Amino acid sequence: MPISRKAGLLTRRQFVAAGAMGGAAVAIGCSPGSAGNWEFLSEGQARTLAAICDQIIPADDFPSASQAGVLTYIDRQLVRHFRRHQEAYKSGLEDTQAMSRKRFGQDLAVLPQRQQVEIVSGLSEQNRAFLELVRSHTLEGYYGSPRHGGNRDAVSWRMLGLPEPPPLGRAQYDLRKGSPS
Amino acid sequence: MKRVNAVVVGAGAAGGIVAKELAVAGLSVVLLERGKWYTANDCRKDDLRNQRTTVLGNAFGPEDDGNPRVWVDPRGAAHIVLPSEGSYQNDAACVGGGTLSYGAQAWRFLPQDFRMRSTYGAPEGSSLEDWPISYDDLEPFYEKAEYEIGISGDYSGTPFHGPRKRPLPMPPLPPGREFSILEPAAKRLGLHPFHIPMARNSVPYNGRGPCMRCRWCVGFACEVDAKNGSQNTVIPIALNTGNCELRTECMASEILTDDRGRARGVSYFDAKGRFQEQLSDLVVVSGCATESARLLLNSKSRLFPDGLGNRHDQVGRHLQGHHYTGAVGYFDFETYDDVGPGATIAITDYNHGTPGLCGGGMLANEFIRLPIHTIDRLPAKTPRWGLGHKQAMREWHKRSIVIMGPTQQIPTAEGRVTLDPTVRDKWGLPVVRLSGNVHPHTFEIGEVQARRAEAWLREAGAIDTSLMSYKAEMVSAGQHQAGTCRMGNDPRISVVDRNCRVHDVDNLFVIDSSVHVTNGGFNPVLTIMAIAYFASDALVRNWKGTGFRS
Repeated sequence: MPISRKAGLLTRRQFVAAGAMGGAAVAIGCSPGSAGNWEFLSEGQARTLAAICDQIIPADDFPSASQAGVLTYIDRQLVRHFRRHQEAYKSGLEDTQAMSRKRFGQDLAVLPQRQQVEIVSGLSEQNRAFLELVRSHTLEGYYGSPRHGGNRDAVSWRMLGLPEPPPLGRAQYDLRKGSPS
Repeated sequence: MKRVNAVVVGAGAAGGIVAKELAVAGLSVVLLERGKWYTANDCRKDDLRNQRTTVLGNAFGPEDDGNPRVWVDPRGAAHIVLPSEGSYQNDAACVGGGTLSYGAQAWRFLPQDFRMRSTYGAPEGSSLEDWPISYDDLEPFYEKAEYEIGISGDYSGTPFHGPRKRPLPMPPLPPGREFSILEPAAKRLGLHPFHIPMARNSVPYNGRGPCMRCRWCVGFACEVDAKNGSQNTVIPIALNTGNCELRTECMASEILTDDRGRARGVSYFDAKGRFQEQLSDLVVVSGCATESARLLLNSKSRLFPDGLGNRHDQVGRHLQGHHYTGAVGYFDFETYDDVGPGATIAITDYNHGTPGLCGGGMLANEFIRLPIHTIDRLPAKTPRWGLGHKQAMREWHKRSIVIMGPTQQIPTAEGRVTLDPTVRDKWGLPVVRLSGNVHPHTFEIGEVQARRAEAWLREAGAIDTSLMSYKAEMVSAGQHQAGTCRMGNDPRISVVDRNCRVHDVDNLFVIDSSVHVTNGGFNPVLTIMAIAYFASDALVRNWKGTGFRS
C-alpha cells in the first residue's frame, strides 16, 4: 500500500481505506510493507495474532487493532522490551491454533468472525495469562504513542476526539520515529 | 582523587538540597548520582515509556537491564522483578530523582501527622510512632522549600492545614473544567476544596516561564521547564558556587569506614564502570528509602558486621509508601478540557478526625489523563475486550473524572528492605529484597476514602461510578517510598537522630524519605525537601572546618 509518508496526516476516510487494505494484506499472508519483514513473528504466527488482536479491538467506523498497526508494535517489542514474553507468545499462539483446529478444523485467521470470538473467549479459560498479555499489548499499542507503530497516524486519539497534533506544546517530536527502547 | 568535605549520594529531592546548602556554606561537596542528567529536551512525550506508564520501560531510570530486585510475595515466594514492573517499587534514577518527572504536588504534612501514635495509639501489629520533631520545627523549612523550589497554589479555601507565616510564592493556575465541576459539589457537601499546592510555575519564577498546560505532565520531564525539581533549582545553585562537583552515572557501592568506626568516604563505580574511592570528612546518604537502606546494608565491616547504622536491626524496616484509593465518576457531559496539569482541586477535611480510623488522607482530582490511562478505568459493566470496550473508550474518555488520594499508611516492622543473598546487579552488588505487607487497617481507611471520593463525584453529577479500592498483596513503596531509616531519639528503635545523623557514626547522615517515621496522607516530596533543609541547617551549624563541634 503506497502511502506517502511525506503527504502528512491522512483524513479519516483515507486512513480507514488504507488500514482496511493493510488488514487485507495481513489476511492473505503479507505483512504491511514487504513480505517477511516481521522481526520476531513468523507469517503464520502473525496471521493468528492479527485475528486475536482484531477481536480485542475490532474494526467499526475506526480501524481494528491490526489495521492501526498493533502487530507491528507487538512484533517490534518482542525483540526489544518484550523479549521476556517471547516464549509466552510462541506457546500461546500454538495453543490458540490447536484450539481452533480442534473445534473448527481450520486456522483461526480464516474462520468467520463469530467463530473467532468463540476461540478468543475460550482462551480466557484455557490460557488466560496469554489472553491478558495480548489484551494489554493490543490496547497499549492502539492507544499509546504513534511512534511505536500501533496507533498509526494517531488514529485512536482522533477517535477519542483529541486534537492531533495537540494545540499545546511544541511539535518537535516526530510521531512516526521509532523508539530507542 | 582529592579529598572533600562531603560526599552526598543521590541527586534527588533531598540530595540536591543538601549539596546546595553545604556548598553555599563553603564545604567542598561531591554529589554522586547513579542516573543521567536529563533536560527539558528529553521529555519525548512517550505515552508508553515514562515514569508513570512503564510498558516500554522507565524514561528516567533505572533501565530494566542489570538492575533487578527480588520481591517476596505474601506466600513467601521470591520473584526477580524489573524496574518497569510495579512490584519493583521504583523511584526514578536521574539528576533530580523523582522531581524531574513527578506530578509535583507539594504538600505540607499536618501537625497531627508528626504525632500519629499519641493521637491514635498504635494498632495491633503496627509500628506506628511519633516523630522526634514537630510541625513547628519544620515550618520555617517548609517555607524555605516553598520559596526556593517554587510552589504555586492557594491554601485559603481550607482551615485544614498547619499554621503558616507566609502565603505560597505563586498563585494557583487558573481552574480547569474539573475544578469548576467539583468545587461547588464539595461545598454543598460541607467540605473545603482548594487549589493544590504544586511545584510548578503558574507565573514566571526563578528565571523560568510558567506552565503551558499540556497533556504530558505527570511522569514526564516538563518540556518548557515549568515544573520545579532539584535539577533546575538547587543543583544549579550548588554547582555555581564552585564548591560542588556533580558526578553522574556513578553507582555508590559502599560507605567506607575507618578503624574507629567513622565514615571516611564512599566507593563507587563510575560512568565507565571503573571502581573509585572518594574520601571525605562526612557522608550523606540520599538515595531514597529502598536504595539508601541497601547502601547502608551493603557497607559491612568488622565494626559493623550487619551494615552501617544497623546495630539494632532497624535499617530497612517500616518501609511504607501510600495506599491509593478513590473512585471514577462517569458523566453525561464532557468533563475533559485537554488542559494540564489536570489535578487542580483537593480537600484535606478527611486527613484526620474520623472516629475509628487512624488518620485518613488528602483527596484530589487526578492529573490529566492520556488515553492509555482510561483502558482499565471504564464502568464496571464494560467488557474487557471487543467492540464494547472500544465503544466505552469513545463514550467515557472525555466524560469521566477520577478522584483519589494517598491514604496514610500504618507502618509495620515487617514491611522491609533487606539484601538478597544471591541476586546481584550489573555492578555485582547485592540487590534490594522487598518483603512484608501493608497493615490491614490501612485498607480499612482506604475503603472509607474511596467511598468519600465516590460521594463527591455523585454530588458533582456523576451518573455512574466505580470504586478504586483494593487490598494489595505486597509491601507498598513506589514513588512515595519512605521509612527505612527511621528518625528517633531511642537508638534501639531508630537509625538516625532528629538531625538525620546515624546514631553510632557521628559523621554519617541519612537525609531523604528514609527517615520518615510516618508518611502523612499527602505526596511526601515537600516534607522530604523541608527535612533536607532542616538537617542541612543543623549539619552546617555544627560544622567546624574539618569535623564537628562536640
